[in-house]
Amino acid sequence: MTLDLIIFLVLATIAVLAALAMLLSDNAIYSALFLILNFAVVSVFYLMLNAPFIAMVQVTVYAGAIMVLFLFVIMLLGADKLRQPQTDIPWQQPLAILLGLVLLGVAAFAIVSRGSVSAPLPLSDQMISAFGSPFELGKLLFTTYLFPFEVTSFLLLVAMIGAIVLTKEEKAKLLPRRPTKT
Amino acid sequence: MELKTLIEVSIAAAIKSGILIGVLLTSFAYMTLAERKVVAWMQVRIGPNRVGPFGFFQPVADGIKLFLKEELIPAEADRVLFILAPIITVIPALVILAVVPFGPAVDICLPATLSIPFEWGACYKVPLAVSDVNVGILFITSIASIAVYGIVLAGWSSNNKYALLGGMRSSAQMVSYEISMGLAMVGPVLVAGSMSLQRITLSQEKLWNVVTQPIGAIVFLLAILAEVNRAPFDMPEAEQELTAGYHTEYSGMKFALFFMAEYIKMVAVSAIATALFFGGYLGPFLNDVPSWLAGILGVIYFSAKTIFFLFCMLWIRATLPRLRYDQLMRFGWKVMLPLALASIAITAVFMAIAG
Repeated sequence: MTLDLIIFLVLATIAVLAALAMLLSDNAIYSALFLILNFAVVSVFYLMLNAPFIAMVQVTVYAGAIMVLFLFVIMLLGADKLRQPQTDIPWQQPLAILLGLVLLGVAAFAIVSRGSVSAPLPLSDQMISAFGSPFELGKLLFTTYLFPFEVTSFLLLVAMIGAIVLTKEEKAKLLPRRPTKT
Repeated sequence: MELKTLIEVSIAAAIKSGILIGVLLTSFAYMTLAERKVVAWMQVRIGPNRVGPFGFFQPVADGIKLFLKEELIPAEADRVLFILAPIITVIPALVILAVVPFGPAVDICLPATLSIPFEWGACYKVPLAVSDVNVGILFITSIASIAVYGIVLAGWSSNNKYALLGGMRSSAQMVSYEISMGLAMVGPVLVAGSMSLQRITLSQEKLWNVVTQPIGAIVFLLAILAEVNRAPFDMPEAEQELTAGYHTEYSGMKFALFFMAEYIKMVAVSAIATALFFGGYLGPFLNDVPSWLAGILGVIYFSAKTIFFLFCMLWIRATLPRLRYDQLMRFGWKVMLPLALASIAITAVFMAIAG
């Protein structure tokens, strides 16, 4: 138990420091990299909680795929230009603070009320070994939670098609311009 | 977990990791020589033959040369990321093989003199893999997705337009082909009913996956070529267009690290292809011989298959010209992705029929 606690404290320190560094860093590239570090540490938390599947997905999807696209965009835009915060929208900062506080409140409420669970979760070795394994997760997704699963995949499909449609429209608009250039 | 077992597990893992890294570094050194020799042979040249018999000590000479080179850092480069990028490139390459089994489990009995913290003269059943986790396939995809960062950061931090273009190309290419690679890996998972590479290997006892899923195997083999940026997909370092791509500004040992990562990745993906589609360490006589001999035989079968794929990579490099970038992207999205999906669908239907 103490060994787990020591590892947790070390990881938690790294996670918090990475999150702070992400916020305070001048350079958008560094911010993105600190966020990746944060994601990586969170995935180690999942590993410690006996959820290897979610840990690996966290690395693949967030630290891998999504952040690569972020970096891609930041590099193409030029990271140096982003050093001065844009103040075009006057109500942006107050709104951000307000929404941040709301999120904090929700998190605090969840911790204080412990969701809907009144007693601590029943922990047995059997449940821990099966919990979060890809086999159990897949079974649950395709039986109990089939409907939400299908709806989510449908939403993702819609987003993908939307992205493709957007690029197509751009091309169609560009085409008539060509004769005027020549 | 009990402290004693924890110590035992950590020591076993440390020894195995040490052996694995040693083997990978040695194979990197000799892959560079093999590449030069094989390509020279295919182009009717002689290749390196000055240092030692048949150029056998050429890697040592190359290493010493690179150590003695001056290390330049461009004035406008981002120094921290410039130094960090080669390291970020090498580590995923070294880590990715941790879940691949190289042979069947062997019984190892410790000599009675070796005591702490192991039992005197105790026997252990040691699986010949650093770790056998039930999410092995996901581990491979997650490490592969991390591997992109080194190249992207190298390209950006160099503050050189060719390097940046190389980095951009590689990130787009690797992200695109990762999808086909990941989908091609679903087939073996379906057959084995598990994401552990040990289980996937054992599921091929009767028939290798390449026989039952030829499309998946071909898609996987092509996708790994693109993942390790080898010819004909070596866009990120297309000399004619980008000087040297993402490592244009690198010199000395930092350049050597990129070089090392490329060759180690070649070994790693060949080993993964072996485990997923070509029966891994399985081969004749494995069940008829004592455990220690089966272990040795398994490692020999595994290495032989891996070396065959490495040779194919060199062969392809000596044979095929580089694709154009738009051809590469079109091929990845319009040919590889549908083929990979079709392979999954066919495999799934057959698995459903077979029950």
